[in-house]
Amino acid sequence: MLTFENPAISFKNVTKKFGEHVILHNLNFDIPRNKIVTILGFSGAGKSTLLKHILGILHPSEGTVIVLGKNLEELSKEELRDFRRNFGMLFQYAALFDSFTAEENVAFPLREFTELKNEEIKTKVHDLLISVGIKEESFQKLPSELSGGMRKRVGLARALALTPNIMLYDEPTTGLDPITTKMVNNLIVETATNHSDREMTSVIISHDVKATLEISDYIAFLDRGKIIEYLPVSEFKNSTNPLVQEFLRL
Amino acid sequence: MNIQKVTTILEHKIQDLGATVIDGINGLGAISLFTSRFFYWSFKRPYRNHLLFEQLFFIGNKSLLIILLAGMFTGMVLATQTYFGFKLINVDSLVGAIVAISLSKELAPVLTGLIVAGRAGSAMAAQIGSMKVTEQIDALEVMGINSVQYLAVPRIIAATIAVPMLSIVFLFIGNFGSWLVGTKTLLIDEALFFSKLGDFMYVSDIAQGVIKASVFGFVIAVIGTYFGFQVEKGAVGVGRGTNLAVVWGMISVLILDYFLTSFLVKIL
Repeated sequence: MLTFENPAISFKNVTKKFGEHVILHNLNFDIPRNKIVTILGFSGAGKSTLLKHILGILHPSEGTVIVLGKNLEELSKEELRDFRRNFGMLFQYAALFDSFTAEENVAFPLREFTELKNEEIKTKVHDLLISVGIKEESFQKLPSELSGGMRKRVGLARALALTPNIMLYDEPTTGLDPITTKMVNNLIVETATNHSDREMTSVIISHDVKATLEISDYIAFLDRGKIIEYLPVSEFKNSTNPLVQEFLRL
Repeated sequence: MNIQKVTTILEHKIQDLGATVIDGINGLGAISLFTSRFFYWSFKRPYRNHLLFEQLFFIGNKSLLIILLAGMFTGMVLATQTYFGFKLINVDSLVGAIVAISLSKELAPVLTGLIVAGRAGSAMAAQIGSMKVTEQIDALEVMGINSVQYLAVPRIIAATIAVPMLSIVFLFIGNFGSWLVGTKTLLIDEALFFSKLGDFMYVSDIAQGVIKASVFGFVIAVIGTYFGFQVEKGAVGVGRGTNLAVVWGMISVLILDYFLTSFLVKIL
């Protein structure tokens, strides 16, 4: 299994049980800083549970999760809440607040967590929206008036508003057409690479093999709560693991 | 039917009854826990006053028309019914007082509670429920915003303030309806109408109604927001949560009314 010096995220002997049902089995793996790592796996493999452990929404039954050098279990509720500002997350269906316009959605974290003045917020929001390819005429549109791809862009702009160090993507290309999928993939790569001023680690939860192979630096394959393969993308393509091979052929 | 079959059926019935009781206790426990989270987060910064005013506007201002209509006609009907009963024993001058007391102690808070449970309680469950199924609540939590503090606290505080205010509006418009029908249609002497009203009506009657309405507002909003947070499984779940919020909101108002009445008549 791959190990890294000073990783962004580290799972140490992590087991998660819900009653008698074991979801994650003794996970031991690191996610390196400033890389794009994809957790690949079938539905029900435990990917979302793993993501919730990174965010500290769930805690392990056994073992520890260390994120940016902090053991999440040792943080108080308030500290954890503050710590989550290190994360940006793009949800599967963007999870935009449906009563807010695109502009208000992106402004929301800035209004909640910064002391910026209205004008400064407006300028920053416009910059963010333009950087993800949203045109000015769509700034005042409600999520219901935006296409799936545009919603993802706005969701990404909102996730980036507080300049996170870790970006989490939950099934970012599921249900999108090929052109929008390519656009989202480009955005993920741009987001990961266009931040030379700060650290940016990207974790993608997906079962989209093609997209994953195009944009990831490393791929971990999760099966029934166990990481059965974790390799750089070039080696992952040649994995001899039969389950991975089956998945790659899909 | 042999004895073994009867025993098996009885066993199943007892098991079902037991399961229902346990579910009920679990539900009460979960609502109590949710209520304690509301109190905890109510006193935590930041205080989002703009959300409180938005909810006050939604629960209070947007319920005003229906409260005015319901209050007016309730007062008119009550005055008419009371008049024909009281006329038989020649105490029709008491119509205004009786209607005012009935409205202030019972009908204004209870009917306002039922209307708000149907309108705002259901809306709370539907709004929060649809936010849950579309991951908007997860988005709040990931940003480090407590969803109970952001969504439930302003709604519950707003309902606790708005329902007694609506109940007072109901009371006044109901009395106006009673006066209108009593003195203009049923031709009760206006001076007697007001003099008896002054003789029999006390501030404690109004206070009783206001206290009840506050409790109803609080409970309706706790139930509405609680069922919103419990929503699962898409649109069907939102519908179910909304339905449960209305049913339990209304039932709670009626049950609580009895216990509050028993308590308040002793202390006021």
